[in-house]
Amino acid sequence: MKKEFRLLKGNEAVAEAAIRAGADAYFGYPITPQSEVLEYLMLEKPEERTGMVVLQAESELAAINMVFGAAGAGRRVITSSSSPGISLFQEGISYIASAELPCVIVNVVRGGPGLGTIQPSQADYFQATKGGGHGDYHMLVLAPAFVQEMADFVPLGFKLAFKYRTPVMILTDGLIGQMMEKVELFEQIPRATEFDQDWVATGKTPDRERNIITSLDLQADQMEKRNHRLQAKYKKMQEEEVRFEEIACEDAEYLMVAYGSSARICQKTVQLARDRGIKAGLLRPITLYPFPSNYLQAKAETVKGILSVEMNAGQMIEDVRLAVNGKIPVEHYGRFGGMVHSPNEVMEAFEEKIVKP
Amino acid sequence: MAKQRGAIVVDIERCKGCELCIEACPTSVLRMERKVNGKGYHFAYMENPGDCTGCINCAIVCPDGVISVYRVKVEV
Amino acid sequence: MSIHVKSMDVKDIIKEENLVYRKSPLMTDNVLSYCPGCGHGTVHNIIAEVIEELGIQSNTIGVAPVGCSVLAYEFIHIDWLQAAHGRAPAVATGLKRVMPDKYIFTYQGDGDLAAIGTNETIHVCNRGEHITIIFINNGIYGMTGGQMAPTTLEGMVSSTSPYGRDVSTMGNPIKITELVAQLPGTYYVTRQAVHKPGNVRKTKKAIRKAFENQELKKGVSFVEVVSNCNSGWKMTPVKANKWMEENMFVFYPLGDIKVDGELVK
Repeated sequence: MKKEFRLLKGNEAVAEAAIRAGADAYFGYPITPQSEVLEYLMLEKPEERTGMVVLQAESELAAINMVFGAAGAGRRVITSSSSPGISLFQEGISYIASAELPCVIVNVVRGGPGLGTIQPSQADYFQATKGGGHGDYHMLVLAPAFVQEMADFVPLGFKLAFKYRTPVMILTDGLIGQMMEKVELFEQIPRATEFDQDWVATGKTPDRERNIITSLDLQADQMEKRNHRLQAKYKKMQEEEVRFEEIACEDAEYLMVAYGSSARICQKTVQLARDRGIKAGLLRPITLYPFPSNYLQAKAETVKGILSVEMNAGQMIEDVRLAVNGKIPVEHYGRFGGMVHSPNEVMEAFEEKIVKP
Repeated sequence: MAKQRGAIVVDIERCKGCELCIEACPTSVLRMERKVNGKGYHFAYMENPGDCTGCINCAIVCPDGVISVYRVKVEV
Repeated sequence: MSIHVKSMDVKDIIKEENLVYRKSPLMTDNVLSYCPGCGHGTVHNIIAEVIEELGIQSNTIGVAPVGCSVLAYEFIHIDWLQAAHGRAPAVATGLKRVMPDKYIFTYQGDGDLAAIGTNETIHVCNRGEHITIIFINNGIYGMTGGQMAPTTLEGMVSSTSPYGRDVSTMGNPIKITELVAQLPGTYYVTRQAVHKPGNVRKTKKAIRKAFENQELKKGVSFVEVVSNCNSGWKMTPVKANKWMEENMFVFYPLGDIKVDGELVK
């Protein structure tokens, strides 16, 4: 089979991958810097290619609840937005997590808070990994660093969403969303024709009990039971789904931890450091939830310090610090509010905060 | 000449005593029982069963669906 | 035969072969969580009867709201989704778009449909999704304890308009049903009630039509049922219904507003 390569924007890669992943529906609302997802889908006429439904909703509130509806029918549903829109999604995500529905949500993060800016940012890390909406829940969070991963994480996202019946977030940013790179496209995956009758609301047939998709348990003991079920899922994710990439970590004395766009930048910083004779390494978490805590805990035995490099004021650093539990110094560096740090800026901070002290 | 005779059965434990059935009955068959059910509600009963025509009006306005209606045609 | 009609023994009448009415078998055995005399139960039973008569149980999915009828899914024996407050039309859209041949309906109160969910309501009606919306209007927030709703009448007392709704500061009651009837995406819009047997029969006809319309794929069928909230209004059920006739029906007159895509003159 001949490989299929295309030059695509990250946002376009998500859209093309959604069609190829056999998605049944996309519901979204325009917002910069992710509008190309919806634009690409509308242009591609996926209803003709695969029968996939694409609908521009009247708001993010409506979009995420359309996701809730279609996901309740057991369909593969995907949506995308950017930070302010993702804030509006939160109500729906909390309901989706509680009702245990699978779906994929793409957040092409921009600088905040508030209306913020349209430039890339990683300031939604807390929101993505700690829950975001009300109640005790998590999404499984994937952080692509390349346009290739923007495509590949869509079918992976669906796989994990259905495995755990949970919302999966692809947490990227305006930089990767807008950047064009060569992408090897995977072959078309057929849309599902059968749905898990144990839970889908597709109409009660005589051969099964009726299914009710709800996030409500008025009896507190039942709600506690539901919460236990969610927590058991998160524990299983922590055991089975942690994904990360090590770059020059094997002999590293000093480590950077960075994901997504920031990891791309830090890759260069590793080179700069090695050129100066500093044994630097980079850990790139690919799943932000579950976080590679065990890896970092083990690494704290051999490295002397860690710099958490994020395009925010210091969010992932809390997870890094929790993992190493005070054993070694952990510092933060990063530009934010839509600014992107350079490899040299990171290098200076790395030397000053981690290598020198 | 054929005439209809009806009768109702009230699911006493599910009756909430709202009295809408009494209002709906065109032949004033129903009254509220002085006794109460397990939930503490007075419940409907046929005070004048001979006047029931089985029109089902009481049953369809009952929000709790506690009334079943039976009907026979009687030759007079 | 010469049986005296009046003296006929009730026991001779109450036999399975003489049964002429019983609540729909599609109603579950769960005791309704509504107050005595509340119209929700009546409308639930009508929906169950319509689904049963049309034989569409295996093809019908309901969307429950937030409000008193949040637990609607406990009472009608079909598949359900329970939506966030006001979002039922969006949830129904998601369902209908991926299952265009299924019967999808929302069941919503006035706070849900006409306040927090106004945007979803207007746009689902404007897009003309082929769904049914059952809208229960009792002019009050029942579940949270009788607060003012978007539909609360001028001067009407509620727990958040304890001196009566002052429209100069609290805004006007909204006739959302007339509003959605103006939109090209609605095919059938009607306002009914369930407080009297005749009204129950009319409402059943309307709800049946609203479900049958889904087969035509011509847009939203919207059935408003003006209902009482005797707990919220602080009246007996019988008095509440009388008050409803004298006050609610004046501002929210019963009858068809749009039929087969045409506004009723």
